[in-house]
Amino acid sequence: MKILVGVKRVIDYNVQIRAKADGSAIELENVKMAINPFDEVAVEAAVRLKEEGVATEVIAVSIGPEKAQDTLRQALAMGADRAILVPHAGTTEPLSVAKTFKALAEQEGAGLVMLGKQAIDDDCNQTGQMLAALLGWPQGTFASSLKVSGEQIEVTREVDGGLETVALNLPAVITADLRLQEPRFASLPAIMKAKKKPLDSISAESLGVDLTPRLELVKVVEPPVRTTGSVLVANAAELVEKLKHDAAIA
Amino acid sequence: MTILVIADHDNCTIASSTFNTLGAAAQIGGDIDVLVLGGECSTVTAAAAAIPCVRRVLSADCELFAQPLAEDMAPLVQRCAEGYSHVLGSTTTFAKNLLPRVAALLDVPQISDISGVIDANTFERPIYAGNALATVRSHDAIKVITVRSTKFEAVAVTGGSAECLAIDAPAAQALARLVSRTEAKSGGPELTTARIVISGGRGMGNGENFVLLDTVAAKLGAAVGASRAAVDAGFVPNDYQVGQTGKVVAPDLYIAVGISGAIQHLAGMKDSKMIVAINKDPDAPIFQVADYGIVGDLFDVMPALDAAL
Repeated sequence: MKILVGVKRVIDYNVQIRAKADGSAIELENVKMAINPFDEVAVEAAVRLKEEGVATEVIAVSIGPEKAQDTLRQALAMGADRAILVPHAGTTEPLSVAKTFKALAEQEGAGLVMLGKQAIDDDCNQTGQMLAALLGWPQGTFASSLKVSGEQIEVTREVDGGLETVALNLPAVITADLRLQEPRFASLPAIMKAKKKPLDSISAESLGVDLTPRLELVKVVEPPVRTTGSVLVANAAELVEKLKHDAAIA
Repeated sequence: MTILVIADHDNCTIASSTFNTLGAAAQIGGDIDVLVLGGECSTVTAAAAAIPCVRRVLSADCELFAQPLAEDMAPLVQRCAEGYSHVLGSTTTFAKNLLPRVAALLDVPQISDISGVIDANTFERPIYAGNALATVRSHDAIKVITVRSTKFEAVAVTGGSAECLAIDAPAAQALARLVSRTEAKSGGPELTTARIVISGGRGMGNGENFVLLDTVAAKLGAAVGASRAAVDAGFVPNDYQVGQTGKVVAPDLYIAVGISGAIQHLAGMKDSKMIVAINKDPDAPIFQVADYGIVGDLFDVMPALDAAL
């Protein structure tokens, strides 16, 4: 079984982001970029399935700028076998990304597509569900554990009430939550080896997909800063007094 | 404008978030219908019909929908969405799972987790864990939207008498099957609607120590939450998690205990009216958003807080 795994290049999660002064976008120039943490978990889970002998090949896919090659090389260093870049400058939207993955999943004959449950830039949480709809496949979203048995995959999902386990017919789409796997640190030999793994570039046009955003971004602003004096109190008794005074507690 | 709101429910009662989502629908304006998908959910349909702002309740009450599988529900929502200008759901795991699948079937983008309605086509939503607010405009005939509950007032619950229409059950897709589900824990208020929330982080050390929060929570009528670090460490289950990828809360009072305050956690609680931080590290970022702080060992402070209440 081939696994397609999606990786998005995003601003590193530790970076304090800034909106451009004209409110047109988030500043991406000279900002540290990294693999989307949820996608990193998905790569780890896909590579584990290969190591367990469930999957035969793991193909990392990214839709983004030429620099997203770095993100793909990271996935290769973690153990993906080859990579595909669909070059695109500018914003990507989940629907067109899902259409791109659909075309690639069909082209590759993938049995499983694994994605992060959301990207930490736009926080959309849509692509996996949309892809599953377009392919007519079942979806295991917000996955915290997986088990492939025969023609089915059992997925434990993190839902508001706790955990839910579903059995999905393969092929299927899985979106990873953070507790699905702990991503490995790529070793130096793995990083060197990754440089020699195949990385193909496939244009969106050749896949019949239009990546032009459909939603109009009117503006991006930073939210008002919470202005609190942060009053330090000496002890619990004083805190209770303050909270009662402010009517926060009875 | 006609708006279809997907009800979030457990086949017995409507989730409170649905009333906030209806609040967002009311801000968009126009006729509001509610779609109830469930199994033996007549009390939910009746409750939806009693909501004064609702024009009509569409109810697909069938065995197939007793379990909320997006694979089976999405094609029906797609069919029902015809003729509506907006399809709305709450930002709950139910709607987050279902609505993008619906949007793709309709071939329209989804606008996730809106925090404001500018006009019927334009919405504000948080991005980058709430560190920026994006205003986006849709040019599509149907707008599929999830709504951040804490940003919209709930509508009135009773007093109305909307018309109810039964919808035939669709054929099963037979793509997925529910195997098991953990029962939602009883006792104590629900995290996303509690007036007071008290959350523990990595500093709690282990799961047993959460009893220090439980006793104070019981006295305050508070819900207990946790940071991702505490959930990752296995101290408490995932449904406690507050943050960018967990639950978003905005209580009157939020007490963060042994939580450093990573931006991913702040994303889930910084709209709280009042924030209290208890942490032994005076440089912890949580103090930057706190109204009151105690720099001290939570194992000293929490018993003292319990005694002072």
